[in-house]
Amino acid sequence: MSGPRRSGEPGTIRFTFDGKPLLARPGDTLAAALLANGIGLVARSFKYHRPRGIMAAGVEEPNALVTVGTAGRGEPNTRATDLFVYDGMVARSQNRWPSLSFDVGSILGLAAKALPAGFYYKTFFGSAKRWLLYEWFIRRAAGLGDAPTAADPDRFAQRAGFCDVLVVGAGPAGLAAALAAVEAGDRVILVEQDSLLAPSLVRDPQELDPAWAEATAERIRALGGRILLRTTAIGYWDDNLITLSQRLAEPGERPPAGTAQRLWHVRAKRVVLATGALERPLAFAHNDRPGVMLSQAVRTYVRRFGVIPGQRAVVATNNDDAYLTAAALRDAGTEVVAVLDTRPAPAGANSGFPVHNDAAPLATKGARHHLREVSARVAGKVVRWQVDLLAISGGMTPVVHLHMQAGGATLSWDEASQAFLPSTARQNVTSIGAAAGADPVGPTLAAEDPAKSFIDFQNDVTLGDVDLAWAEGYRSVEHLKRYTTLGMATDQGKTSNMAALGRLAEKQGVAIPEAGLTTFRPPYTPVTMGLLAGRTERDAGAHQRRLALYQVHQAKGPIWQPLGYWKRPRAYPKSGENLSQAALREARAVRTAVGMTDVSTLAKFEVSGPDAAALLELICATTVAKLKVGRGRYTFMLREDGLVFDDGTVWRLGVDRYLLTSSTGGADRMAAHISYVRQFLRPQFKVSAVNVQEHYAGIAIAGPKATKVLAALIDDDPPRHMSTVAATIARVPVLVLAASYSGERAFEVYVEATKAEAVWNACEAEVTSLGGCPYGMEAMEFLRIEKGHLVVGGEIDGRLTPHDLALDKMLNKAGAYVGAQGLARPALTQPGRKQLVGLDALSGTIPEGAMLVQAPGQPAEGHVTAAGLRVLDGGSIALGQLDGGFARHGEELLATSPTRRQSARVRVVAPHFYDTLGERYRE
Amino acid sequence: MMLISCPHCGPRAQAEFTYERTADSVIQPDAAPAEAIEHLIARANPRGLDDEVWRHTFGCRAWLVMTRHRVTHAIEAIRAVGPEALP
Repeated sequence: MSGPRRSGEPGTIRFTFDGKPLLARPGDTLAAALLANGIGLVARSFKYHRPRGIMAAGVEEPNALVTVGTAGRGEPNTRATDLFVYDGMVARSQNRWPSLSFDVGSILGLAAKALPAGFYYKTFFGSAKRWLLYEWFIRRAAGLGDAPTAADPDRFAQRAGFCDVLVVGAGPAGLAAALAAVEAGDRVILVEQDSLLAPSLVRDPQELDPAWAEATAERIRALGGRILLRTTAIGYWDDNLITLSQRLAEPGERPPAGTAQRLWHVRAKRVVLATGALERPLAFAHNDRPGVMLSQAVRTYVRRFGVIPGQRAVVATNNDDAYLTAAALRDAGTEVVAVLDTRPAPAGANSGFPVHNDAAPLATKGARHHLREVSARVAGKVVRWQVDLLAISGGMTPVVHLHMQAGGATLSWDEASQAFLPSTARQNVTSIGAAAGADPVGPTLAAEDPAKSFIDFQNDVTLGDVDLAWAEGYRSVEHLKRYTTLGMATDQGKTSNMAALGRLAEKQGVAIPEAGLTTFRPPYTPVTMGLLAGRTERDAGAHQRRLALYQVHQAKGPIWQPLGYWKRPRAYPKSGENLSQAALREARAVRTAVGMTDVSTLAKFEVSGPDAAALLELICATTVAKLKVGRGRYTFMLREDGLVFDDGTVWRLGVDRYLLTSSTGGADRMAAHISYVRQFLRPQFKVSAVNVQEHYAGIAIAGPKATKVLAALIDDDPPRHMSTVAATIARVPVLVLAASYSGERAFEVYVEATKAEAVWNACEAEVTSLGGCPYGMEAMEFLRIEKGHLVVGGEIDGRLTPHDLALDKMLNKAGAYVGAQGLARPALTQPGRKQLVGLDALSGTIPEGAMLVQAPGQPAEGHVTAAGLRVLDGGSIALGQLDGGFARHGEELLATSPTRRQSARVRVVAPHFYDTLGERYRE
Repeated sequence: MMLISCPHCGPRAQAEFTYERTADSVIQPDAAPAEAIEHLIARANPRGLDDEVWRHTFGCRAWLVMTRHRVTHAIEAIRAVGPEALP
């Protein structure tokens, strides 16, 4: 019998791998459980589809990526070594077809010469035709697992945390540091990515009794410290903010309390990094075969999981630690046939193993996707061993990722251990334990077949690829990385970067620290999108506000339309009506009788004080100060670059009191703008600007019979157009403004939001008695397009000047408003700019969003901003922006929408289709 | 994410604040057009300390001027702007 096996009971936990039912013991990782079941072949490599097994026992695993879970809970590219088996787990291998052991893609491995480093670069920069040919093939062949298509049924939470000391890593060093801090009275959080405290003590119980870890943890908890297992510090940010990813359920597992993962933002006064070290592999031909494992991983499987990865083993090392692995294997009954040590002096002379010095593996051979033979050059001769396990150790690399993410941190090179150690840091952070220093290692012996000697296992990068990149002129480590894709896989090169750096330094003829390092980027280990999204998925992405008149509308069964934070009625269809039929009926009621609509969401600001007019004349590009009390006007606002960004109306309610309205969608932006002008530019002003957007609800009443409605409701005469009056309706105080967006005689009634319902009901009774009805946003859109009124986000898109929108005559001649200087830039008055036009269909219907062209295939000269119709007469019309549009009235163009596959011939006209003289306002 | 000491609220997470602009890009509406446009468009962008305009948007909403190091993110000084901050 050869290959991995387990001694003792097979376990009680049921799971499947590629559909095969298997058993695991409690506490097993998937990797341990697979090895226990004699499964050594776990995955196919990313590029060449080479058969791969399990190399590591922790998060650094480059090979053994699986998809776990089903439907929306499925999680691809999960490391089998970082996944604890639960009952019912469904795991699948990836990147293979039709099966793991017979994979068509593996012929790529035979054709590896055709896919050298830089293959993608060369292909991208080659002819486009060739790329089209390759793309299908490459996309199919190169890959990881498939993302799930179903929605994730689980919850993802986020939480903030604060502490004096955050300790990352609950190994012996981390536990000791956490205990010391908590005993000194500090608030402590200790996090550990494993499910076990101090897993290294289980691997190496000779260091310290594993029971010490439990006792220490108990003491930490008793003193108020918090310990989080299955929690990884994934990122280190400014001012000692650490993000943690906490697994409350294993990948693919149904979470016991509904929440699968939690993202923590922890602000710590001091951070202690006890993140340990990762073992480096050795580079030699076919070092990626299942059965070749990292030495400490082998020891972990033996001691922690009771899994024997092989029956006959070779141990290859450049350091003392691997001798512990040889001993652990011997204790477990595995025959260690050779220890290959790169160091010349006979280290571990009393180890009792057949040690060969100055020796490293030359190559491996395999059979049925598993290691069969290891060869090495010993004293000048090639020696071969028939084995099923090769444990390798190239020394330890301290985990400095978080230290380096902290910003402004530096590393120092330690020649003896051939490792970078944490050095200075700008933030309050200390590294301790194996993260701060490593044991010495011997020399690295040159690989004799670099093209077959893998360094980045996950992205299939060999020493030969590094050589090729060098030969092709890639000198810097950053270029090397991008050209070969080294370190760019999901493991971020945890096991590979040092080997590549060594090779590059050798080529450059410099010491390793001079070759430079690439950036350590968060997250330390991959995270799911759900973790980052948290509770913002589905409807929780943005908060929603409810109209004060929501119940009134809801009772009428409207079609709702999202607008800004709100939903507003789009139309109130009668039974049998569709949206456009209802909207047209409502719009016609406004044109022929009267209609009413909810305009509560408009932005509203009350500006008062002696400098109120002066402040408004900075914000608005029109005059304001000339307004008489009780009068109002249309106005618009410019950004500092001179382009129009919003419009609305301004009303003088009293001597020093104004009301400014602007668009719903731009409300927050306008609030910030007013605040900037008031607080930052004019702090000395005696003025108060208050956002009253939701304090008042607004009801617009429009139509030839609107005056009759108002006359019946208020005591005073209805105000003249652009005038305002205070009144009461249904015994509720209201402010009545006479302004029109529809083109008809119209009023806006503003009322304190909590009392809006009574006012609406009183208005509706009058409107209905005169043959009118409520109308929604769709009818409002028809009405304003026909009238040529602008909408922010449509015609006002942040790219046009007042001149382009034919608003320039209203500009304040005195200037000195925000945007006046920007507007003076010569480029804004050049001929040929886009200008507002009307479009009248000669045939057919103008498609929404259509391009304006001379003929099909010609370049676009403008576009349709809003398509509508003549409310009473029918016929398709639109507003649009057109290059030099003012001078092109009468011209014929094609309005075409390739995405809608619709076109219409149009005539360019003035943007007013209804009551061009504005007589109906005044009536 | 930086920890920013709002003069009104004390130390708060950067997520509560919005960066608005560099202080040298602030233009007064009565400045000469050429000078204003120069400030608006051509900004110093130093590698080092710079004065920046921030707002405690999701807190007290105060406008702030912050002297911040563009490389280290160290905040050297922070002051509130507005009527209350006038001498």
